[in-house]
Amino acid sequence: MHSSGQTLNGSEIFFECLRRENVEYIFGYPGGSLLKVYETLHEVKDIHHILVRHEQGATHMAEGYARATGKPGVVLVTSGPGATNTVTGIANAYMDSSPMVVFTGQVPSSLIGNDAFQEADIVGITRPITKHNFLVKDVRELAITIRKAFFLATTGRPGPVLVDMPKDILNSSCVFDFPETIDIRGFKPTFKCHINQVERAAQKIAKAKRPLLYIGGGVISAEAAEELRTLAIQQNIPVTMTLQGLGAFPGNHPLSMGMLGMHGTYWANQAVNKCDLLIAVGARFDDRVTGKVDTFAPQAYKIHNDIDPTNVDKNIKVDLPIVGDAKNFLATLLEVMPEKKENREPWLAEINVWREQCPLTYSSEDDLLRTEFVIDEVSRQTIGNAVVVTDVGQHQMWTSQFYTFINPRSIITSGGLGTMGFGLPAAIGAAFGIKDRPVVLFCGDGGFMMNVQELVTAVHNKMPVKIFLINNSFLGMVRQWQELFHQEKYSFTDLGDSNPDFVKVAEAFGCKALKAENPESARQAITEALAYNDGPILVDFRVVKKDMVFPMVPAGGSISDMLLARLNPKTMV
Amino acid sequence: MKHIISVLVENKFGSLNRVAAMFSARGFNLESISIGETEDTEISRMTIVTRGEDQIISQVLKQLNRLVDTIKVTDLTRQPHVERELLLMTLKLSKTVQHEIFELITVFKGKVVDIKQKSITIEVIGSPDKINTTIDIFRPYGIKELARSGAVAIHRGE
Repeated sequence: MHSSGQTLNGSEIFFECLRRENVEYIFGYPGGSLLKVYETLHEVKDIHHILVRHEQGATHMAEGYARATGKPGVVLVTSGPGATNTVTGIANAYMDSSPMVVFTGQVPSSLIGNDAFQEADIVGITRPITKHNFLVKDVRELAITIRKAFFLATTGRPGPVLVDMPKDILNSSCVFDFPETIDIRGFKPTFKCHINQVERAAQKIAKAKRPLLYIGGGVISAEAAEELRTLAIQQNIPVTMTLQGLGAFPGNHPLSMGMLGMHGTYWANQAVNKCDLLIAVGARFDDRVTGKVDTFAPQAYKIHNDIDPTNVDKNIKVDLPIVGDAKNFLATLLEVMPEKKENREPWLAEINVWREQCPLTYSSEDDLLRTEFVIDEVSRQTIGNAVVVTDVGQHQMWTSQFYTFINPRSIITSGGLGTMGFGLPAAIGAAFGIKDRPVVLFCGDGGFMMNVQELVTAVHNKMPVKIFLINNSFLGMVRQWQELFHQEKYSFTDLGDSNPDFVKVAEAFGCKALKAENPESARQAITEALAYNDGPILVDFRVVKKDMVFPMVPAGGSISDMLLARLNPKTMV
Repeated sequence: MKHIISVLVENKFGSLNRVAAMFSARGFNLESISIGETEDTEISRMTIVTRGEDQIISQVLKQLNRLVDTIKVTDLTRQPHVERELLLMTLKLSKTVQHEIFELITVFKGKVVDIKQKSITIEVIGSPDKINTTIDIFRPYGIKELARSGAVAIHRGE
């Protein structure tokens, strides 16, 4: 460890700064413009570099790590193609507000703009998908830029920040000076909620007969689950969560309504429809939640707390906006809540009627293997204690419905961008961050192939990730839309003829693999996989091809348009 | 409705791009944008003219504020302010209309900045509305080329 005041080269400064930011892991891939950094890295023992097999994998791993731990994920890639390969992962972290710092090598300053070998204007390319980004033009600016990057990525609404480092900057030297404090005049997020607004919210809550808490990922990133639980239980208010908010409130508590929105529960969506007060915390009224905005929560007075003012009144006009940190909002609310509250039992009873009318179910009469069964069984066997990572598609929605999330930071999923290929690397990243809980991945056969190369990273590092491959030989969610809205024209979604043998694929990578084709063998495989900790294990679950996720609110539809079951039962398996 | 927004930004490469790219990425209308250094060389002032309903304008202001390089965002529309735009315009010149053109230049408080056998270049300064009118009035005489600076604006002093 070097100290301030010493003369260091850019690469040494880079690692000194990372040390001071308490970075444990770098997910990276070397290349020409980073040779000096990797030369220095050769001697670095206290920061672990994880070699990925594709730069996109590095970004999703960093995000998986960040979401599991709350700490920023760190990526290191070379210029040009190394940098452009990170674009999807950065966009994903931006949409889901995950803290991440991406370091890219760049061609030497004198060559920038000359179409040099492995040159790409990555700062230009990533401007709209980063919270902020930097090109370092002087080695004396490197330390403060890195300090700013971590500060921006983790302060206020978290997000990805990119730092582009030309090769000559990493080679040249200066006196190392690490700034302990940082002030960016254009970046002053509001943490403390306006007390008058919170008091107004408290009055509204006290008087509401049919209140509903609508909770997003902001509650998890603000570490506010404890305050939420106290408020909901103390005030007897039911809680519905977005995909990213699952786990903010225990899914096994009677007040938990599960997820709302397109594939949300019938009762959560009915409650949104009928509530007289909607309290949105750390959620952004995404189109997958609201459906048709004109008919969303039509009877409700709407309170919206968010750290990012741009989220307020963006999709839905709210009655009481409260900008600030979710933890601050909920804690302050608890302090100012009046003693007296409305009797909420009739409201909860009404919700229970909906719950009984249309529960989440799946057929278990035949001996066919269904995704819902697999997820349900994993939920039972892990007692809701796993860190669950998903890819994107039907299995993702079924995970939201059938895995009972008890704790925050238990679901890691690509919500905003919907990135197929996110799951496997994100699960590996999560496993680096979390050692005392099982890390479980549910992944479709389509998405698995999109970053399959990262199996090497999992095997090489002996990461005990449980890869539960939900294999229906179809791009299932696209197939579902084709069946429902596109005259059953299954255009290019049937992967049955072209999929590889996934057990053999896994084994070729050195990964243990099992296959399950019926509920009984699936149950045994899950038990075996959960007990295996000597590296990753893959289970190829051969599930039925044509199941669909219900309930479903068609895109842009109202909650009253919700489909509860298949329109044409003849298309069942 | 039309809004004129004044934005103080860090005088760094890419600041203008960040603002312009935000407008295009979010589908906001951008009628004009102009930028120049202020009394503090580390800070530039951007003047943005945009149109939209109140809800859209409120988003525009918040999205501008959200950019890390923006230091201060002010919607000048409903505040006392001065707004000016510069027009440079080259017109066809002939003996028959020469007199009329000169009269109109006086009416619009314009200046002749260059004159040739067959053309005349003038400058006019005023509000964007005045500049629009100027262009409409001169159009029948034959505009060879024109350039507008986009609006710049500032708060009226106390």
